[in-house]
Amino acid sequence: MSIQEFLQHLANGTSLGSLYALIAIGYTLVYGILRLINFAHGEIFMLGAYIAYYGIFFTPLPWWLVFILASVLTGLIGLLLEKIAYKPLRNSPRITILISAIGASFLFQNLGILIFSGRPKAFPAPAFLNGVLNIGGVSVGTISLIIPVVTIILLVLLTFIIQKTKTGMAMRALSKDYEAASLMGIDINKVISFTFFIGSFLAAVGGIMWGIKYLQLVPHMGVMPGLKCFIAAVIGGIGNITGAVIGGFILGLGEIMLIAFLPTLTGYRDAFAFILLILILLVKPTGLMGEKIAEKV
Amino acid sequence: MLAINDLHVSYGGIKALRGINLKIEEGQIVTLIGANGAGKSSTLRAIMNLVKKESGTIIYDDDDLTNLKTQEIVKKGIVLSPEGRRVFPNLTVEENLILGAYTIKDKASIQNQMNKMFELFPRLKEREWQKAGTLSGGEQQMLAVARALMIKPKVLMLDEPSLGLAPLLVKDIFEIIKEINRQGNTILLIEQNAKKALEVAHYGYVIETGSIVLEGEGRSLLNNDKVKEAYLGEAK
Repeated sequence: MSIQEFLQHLANGTSLGSLYALIAIGYTLVYGILRLINFAHGEIFMLGAYIAYYGIFFTPLPWWLVFILASVLTGLIGLLLEKIAYKPLRNSPRITILISAIGASFLFQNLGILIFSGRPKAFPAPAFLNGVLNIGGVSVGTISLIIPVVTIILLVLLTFIIQKTKTGMAMRALSKDYEAASLMGIDINKVISFTFFIGSFLAAVGGIMWGIKYLQLVPHMGVMPGLKCFIAAVIGGIGNITGAVIGGFILGLGEIMLIAFLPTLTGYRDAFAFILLILILLVKPTGLMGEKIAEKV
Repeated sequence: MLAINDLHVSYGGIKALRGINLKIEEGQIVTLIGANGAGKSSTLRAIMNLVKKESGTIIYDDDDLTNLKTQEIVKKGIVLSPEGRRVFPNLTVEENLILGAYTIKDKASIQNQMNKMFELFPRLKEREWQKAGTLSGGEQQMLAVARALMIKPKVLMLDEPSLGLAPLLVKDIFEIIKEINRQGNTILLIEQNAKKALEVAHYGYVIETGSIVLEGEGRSLLNNDKVKEAYLGEAK
């Protein structure tokens, strides 16, 4: 393999890894606060892409504004999902709320088929985003370079919110102790809603960039990325944001490099994530960045 | 004045509180003593609406707090420092204090109050940037008290602040409670350490299996034979 080829794969792997990271953060944020795997998160990602698609076709707004509004709208859908499907079950056994999440996932997929139709739609990406750049013999899609940049900007913003703002502090407090947090006067419901909004917003940004990169939307497009990003979150240590980002990049880069170096295994690219999951669960079940949970006895 | 009237609480059919009446006068230290499981913590948790009340009312001055949400009760200035300290271990000392003032918008007054807390607890100032989980038990208790004081509460409720602390630290904590009270704070103190609690309290209540069985001024309860026998380990 020439160095140019390798760099090309590296760029592809980085942009795929960035997308995985954006989605994985949503899993890890929600898990950190509710101890819930939000299985409908992949469908939120799908909705983000479709809403942007319809926004471009049916509104006169410029594409960038459509993308922002679509992400905000998807964030609000995520917030509503929690209010309708999870909040009423907050005091139920954890398995109940998990099943509700799986149900929500199927509901969104099938509503998608009903409303958007099952036929693939071509994502109307602005032309310049679909261009190909040639840098020193390495040809890379423009979007493959934009995706990591957008991801890094959002990660910096997210880190700021979580580390420096009062709401971020409340999120971190909530992840350790609900009751003590409410004794500080923190409105638990608001913080949970905010968490779902942020996670869903990031998933929507991921979905839109996914649409620009792969150009095709189908209602079940969120299933495989959803599962893989859940795996990415577990690999990094679920509940840990840095871990989710690292997990996302490991998965994205690993997947692309596997195909690049061992083209005969191309058919197994999806299996890669699951094999990695099994390995990490055997070797370090808490994930790379996960903390040991000391159970009080 | 905080008044708790005829408070009943049940957990799945088991009666924890059977009609509790308490009055906490402005500027006083009031203590509620009793054995394990007598209903001390349940009383505080019911006041904060962390557990469901079967019946009864909680009135502060002219405000009815009975059906308010926990965060609204905090906004009214009624604050609970819970049993077991419950500081946020993943947050720094400073962040714990900032969260204590979560309901306050004015940044300058938060900073002001934080400086006051560092004066009251110099040890916390030294540990300002440390994660609360790395503090010793005594320091965590100080942080828990300081965190509760961050909103300048009208009534500060302390649930077993001396629990699990070395005897020397227990003395410190009670000194601090007296000091906080001298600065004008009203305190409802819950303790298993009945002797210490009654020594600092203006008024005391004794709770047994969900009912108040005795009440009186702190000193007089200290000399009460029943209290001596049951809680102070002194034979008649």
